[in-house]
Amino acid sequence: MQMPEPDQSVIGRREEIAAALRAIVPGEGVITETDSMRVYETDGLSAYRQLPMIVVLPETTQQVADILRYCKEASVKVVPRGAGTGLSGGALPLADGVLLGLGKFNRILDIDYDNRAVVTQPGVTNLGITHAVQDDGFYYAPDPSSQIACSIGGNIAENSGGVHSLKYGLTTNNVLGVEFVSIDGEILRFGGKHLEADGYDFLGLITGSEGLLGVVTEVTVRILRKPSTARAVLVGFPTPEEAGACVAAVIGAGIIPGGMEMMDNPAINAAEDFVHAGYPRDVGALLIVELDGPEVEVDYLIGQVREIAEANGASEIRISESEDERNTFWAGRKAAFPAVGRISPDYICMDGTIPRKQLPEILTRMSAMSKKHNLRVANVFHAGDGNLHPLILFDANKEGELERAEAFGADILTACVELGGVLTGEHGVGIEKRDLMGAMFTETDLNQQQRVKCAFDPDGLLNPGKVFPQLHRCAELGRMHVSAGQLPFPEIPRF
Amino acid sequence: MASTFKPEDSKQVEEAVAWAVSNGEPLAIVGRSSKRALGRPFQAETMLDLSGLSGVIDYEPAELVLTAYPSTPMAEVEKLLAENNQMLAFEPMDLTALLGGASSEGSLAGALMINSGGPRRIKAGSARDHLLGFEAVSGRAEQFKSGARVVKNVTGYDLPKVICGSYGTLAAVTKIDVKVLPSPEKVYTVLVLGLDGPAAVKAMSAAMNSAHEVSAAAHIPADLTGKSGVSYIKGAGVSVTALRIEGFGPSVERRCADLREELSAFGAVEELHTMNSQSFWREVRDVQYLVAPLPAPVWRISVPPSAGADVAGRLSAMDGAAWFSDWAGGLIWLQLPVSDNAGAEVVRAAVGAAGGHATLVRAGHEVRAAVPVFHPQPDAIAALSMRLKESFDPKHILNPGRMYAGV
Repeated sequence: MQMPEPDQSVIGRREEIAAALRAIVPGEGVITETDSMRVYETDGLSAYRQLPMIVVLPETTQQVADILRYCKEASVKVVPRGAGTGLSGGALPLADGVLLGLGKFNRILDIDYDNRAVVTQPGVTNLGITHAVQDDGFYYAPDPSSQIACSIGGNIAENSGGVHSLKYGLTTNNVLGVEFVSIDGEILRFGGKHLEADGYDFLGLITGSEGLLGVVTEVTVRILRKPSTARAVLVGFPTPEEAGACVAAVIGAGIIPGGMEMMDNPAINAAEDFVHAGYPRDVGALLIVELDGPEVEVDYLIGQVREIAEANGASEIRISESEDERNTFWAGRKAAFPAVGRISPDYICMDGTIPRKQLPEILTRMSAMSKKHNLRVANVFHAGDGNLHPLILFDANKEGELERAEAFGADILTACVELGGVLTGEHGVGIEKRDLMGAMFTETDLNQQQRVKCAFDPDGLLNPGKVFPQLHRCAELGRMHVSAGQLPFPEIPRF
Repeated sequence: MASTFKPEDSKQVEEAVAWAVSNGEPLAIVGRSSKRALGRPFQAETMLDLSGLSGVIDYEPAELVLTAYPSTPMAEVEKLLAENNQMLAFEPMDLTALLGGASSEGSLAGALMINSGGPRRIKAGSARDHLLGFEAVSGRAEQFKSGARVVKNVTGYDLPKVICGSYGTLAAVTKIDVKVLPSPEKVYTVLVLGLDGPAAVKAMSAAMNSAHEVSAAAHIPADLTGKSGVSYIKGAGVSVTALRIEGFGPSVERRCADLREELSAFGAVEELHTMNSQSFWREVRDVQYLVAPLPAPVWRISVPPSAGADVAGRLSAMDGAAWFSDWAGGLIWLQLPVSDNAGAEVVRAAVGAAGGHATLVRAGHEVRAAVPVFHPQPDAIAALSMRLKESFDPKHILNPGRMYAGV
């Protein structure tokens, strides 16, 4: 993975930069010792490591503003970081960059049930928001699998999803407002407790921008009343095709389940070995359909889903009769990643999305790729929204296996795009999929995205080397190629 | 002399924009022309008429995605979806009557360009939450795309978000992928009668905070209920606070009964069933109660729901004001008598204190040219808006000045 060449002249100014940052963040908020910086050298994509030049851990929005203003004036790159759980390398440090950690922004500021909103600092964990309101019967809906550790600020950077996103949306559909600091050190507010921001939708643009546009220092999210009931149906099918047809039929019947997850046979067996959830081992695919809402609705829909599953060739159907049983159904799925970790020294998790109808095709292609790269793959799949998580099994200690696993992953994502899908459904591009962006976007598409970046960060100081395969100078991107008089009479119907 | 380009495909759109860039000639983009009176007045002589780019391209109900050309009539989209028991869950408004035209004229792209969002906004979001992907021609005369035809995607910046609500100032959209969802089997509405503004907001908040999955909450003061076409509302004689419950039959009946009981502490309760509910919420969505008299100015005001009663109370004290609220109090529609500035200072002062914004949705051409139609922004955000505009349209060719003067 090629990162931008470190600027030695900046590294040479390290002491001076650290001193300037210490003037902004007194005490222990500026870290320069190698051992202390080690914890920041990677994120959830742990195959890549890089020590930052300096770590700074501000505690106030004003400090963030002063740090960014200083970095802009001193031409120093900045990599923002939340909890460091991201899976695409978005928080990978730069050798000539300041790592700006938001871990000290860890307070919930306001719980407002009248407006069904929580105002929080960005370092609060996703689950921390739900914990703060659950005794009053509320919760925060997006639930990435890292929710116990990942920060809400990081969720905004990545536009995180989760098991429930088909029904309840991604982060972007659940954020009402942010306080945001630009690289110029300006403190801006987009949205708030009202239901929509005015003017251009900067809130929507910032969400999912992977730390390339600015730094979020406060977040307002909407909270929902917790559904009174949730029940799950566990359905085994002889083949993934039948499971896929069942998913389409459920949606065709007008049912949007709270969650609809699929696992293939290798994933089922890995999970069963690990947590003994009672999954049938001999099926080709397992579907977990969770219905949530008022009790009368859940009971009604459980019956509907059962009928649909039977009509689509289900070989086994179990319906949770208690909260314990529902949790058991989920235990295997939720433990799928560590379960695969037990049967293989290493694995990488991919994150493409496909139109659901292409499921049989992508599985067929993956089998062929598995043979080609001589590596095993297990699949878990957010079936409702077509988001695949193939887990590629490899051993990093074996010469060349990491590279083969990455090539396998790239093949899968390229196939997702060929089948009408995308490179990433919820993990972000980061460095991991950066060089595949050309499979999905033309150069014109990517240049337009980078021009948007230029509107926020004309010097390219925020998180460079992420998302975009090629860095262009803003001045170069700004040039117009249409020259005066080139098209005096376009051949278009005119009146 | 004014002239009009009428391209038939995206390549011709690109050529038209290229011509405009070459000649420094700004373009006024229209689809089905139903929203010309919305926003700041056009500041371009040459029209880019996209009505030739019309029709549904691909619709797969099981994938929950519909792809269409921008000027596809909304009525055509909604008819096709209804045949498959699906809908656009953001409940796009039909503002044509409010703006003085005939109903049902709008296009799919038009709904996106104004980031339309009806009563279900409070549960399902607005257009920006449902646009998955698009193709467009930028003000650089370049065809580009963003997003995709799948419901879950975080690849690259989420440009569909900024395209929604951009009033055509960033790009001329040539193709649209939009998320669709199942339509509810039944739609019931619980009515609480005779509440004043503050009590109505409390009742709506209680309903929204209940486990009954209320999908819309509106309050119609007594002076407007007579304008409803739904007999229960028309004959109410007092204010009506309405809560919508929708979904599968057995669930709707049970939730409606439970909600009625919970809200009976606030006042007398009634209920509407599916046909009447659909008619009533269409009236709310389309602001039917404030259509007459033309051309009295109409404001759309977004505030935190809990501030709704206070803001509405202050605004209703203005001479000749008429109002109702949606989104559990968070959206106030306000009609004022005709004046030179449509009451802008008073409206914006009341809204600004609460944290929110006010848009002048209906007013005469001169008023919309003189009074900022969209809520004035802090300098730093205004500057960012300008840079965003120029990142798509550096020569200010596309709908210049439609949102903000000079942008």
